[in-house]
Amino acid sequence: MPSLKDLRTRITNVKSTQRITSAMKMVAAAKLRRAQDQATAARPYAERMERMLGSLAAATGGSSNVPLLAGTGKDDTHLLVFVSTDRGLCGGFNINLMRNVRLQVQKLVNDGKTVKLFCVGRKGISLVKREFPSMLVVEMPEVCKPSPSYEGATEIAQRIAEMYEEGEFDVCTVVYNKFVSALTQEVTPQQVIPFAPPEPEEGAEEEATPDDGAPYEYEPSQEDILSDLLPRNLSVQVFRALLESFASEQGARMTAMDNATRNAGDMINKLTLNYNRTRQAFITKELIEIISGAEAL
Amino acid sequence: MTDKVNFELVSPESLLVSEEVDMVIVPGTEGDFGILGGHAPVISTVRAGTITVYQGTAISTRIFVAGGFAEVTAERCTVLSEEAVPVDDIDRADVEAQISGLRRQLSAGDEDDEAALTAQIAVAEAKLTAIDSPAY
Repeated sequence: MPSLKDLRTRITNVKSTQRITSAMKMVAAAKLRRAQDQATAARPYAERMERMLGSLAAATGGSSNVPLLAGTGKDDTHLLVFVSTDRGLCGGFNINLMRNVRLQVQKLVNDGKTVKLFCVGRKGISLVKREFPSMLVVEMPEVCKPSPSYEGATEIAQRIAEMYEEGEFDVCTVVYNKFVSALTQEVTPQQVIPFAPPEPEEGAEEEATPDDGAPYEYEPSQEDILSDLLPRNLSVQVFRALLESFASEQGARMTAMDNATRNAGDMINKLTLNYNRTRQAFITKELIEIISGAEAL
Repeated sequence: MTDKVNFELVSPESLLVSEEVDMVIVPGTEGDFGILGGHAPVISTVRAGTITVYQGTAISTRIFVAGGFAEVTAERCTVLSEEAVPVDDIDRADVEAQISGLRRQLSAGDEDDEAALTAQIAVAEAKLTAIDSPAY
């Protein structure tokens, strides 16, 4: 049986832990708000870029020789870019992400493909190093510090583009936690190279001609615009993945810390009960001793 | 013509401008072009330069963009740009300091960064031109 003093120290310890977790929850909630705003603000750019790309891709009719659009013609080597967090204490966030990555890696390896991993975020790096140390080719910790920026996304995109030009992979997929609500995230794989237009058939047909039916003029040529636009689109896709992931991270952390605070509360109650019982037992014991001592006289 | 153009300027981080205007002049890679309502549909790349927005016959805003893309249809003009600043907000001293800083880095010689640095210098110089050159 622990002594009264031990119990008292434990209660104080748990109380201070609870204070920390509840503060972290509050911080995460505030950051979540900001991350959500940021994600919403970034949406128009991505949408409009998609619209332009859709019409361009439809206009070239897939016959373009811009490699980012057409692909290398093979799919032997896959690059998985996955976005994890820099900091821990966010529940199952990285574990869920990792589970999805593991499944994909196994599937690709079973199909006889080579897999390379590109890891964003510090937590993912340590997870991958444990499991697939030979597949990890690039690690980029702390690009989202303090919050995702477009520059950071461009840096990642440039790295990907360079590797693609050097023929290090054929297909690139970005895996990230998509923000559904503060409570739920959804691990989403999204292929970015070769570029897959959102709705290839009907959607593209419609987009190719603007509202009044006349086709677009291109200035300079379609190919030139495409070769300029596609790398930027890559950055935008990466940026979107970063933003979604960041918002999800805050949501996950908020939930995790909320749970932790509640658990700490439960624990404090249990310990306090235990403490009081022990205290009473001591008093009773002492009384018995005194009384039986008095009776013996 | 009383048709107005719905002008939108979008950066990756936010929707910067969205308003009905009478005319926009966009610095295309192959020359500036003005857009009135009912313009023929065009997709063009944009060089570093100044977008001039007209309300009526007067200039309402001048915005510096560091390159990007423009999509024009009869009703709207959408410019996508990674960097956009109103010309009035550019601080000459800042830009000059930036240019000399970049020059120093360039001469310090890091061959990998050379292209990127040169591009940055070009953008910064375009910024200076934007301050100096009068509106049309």
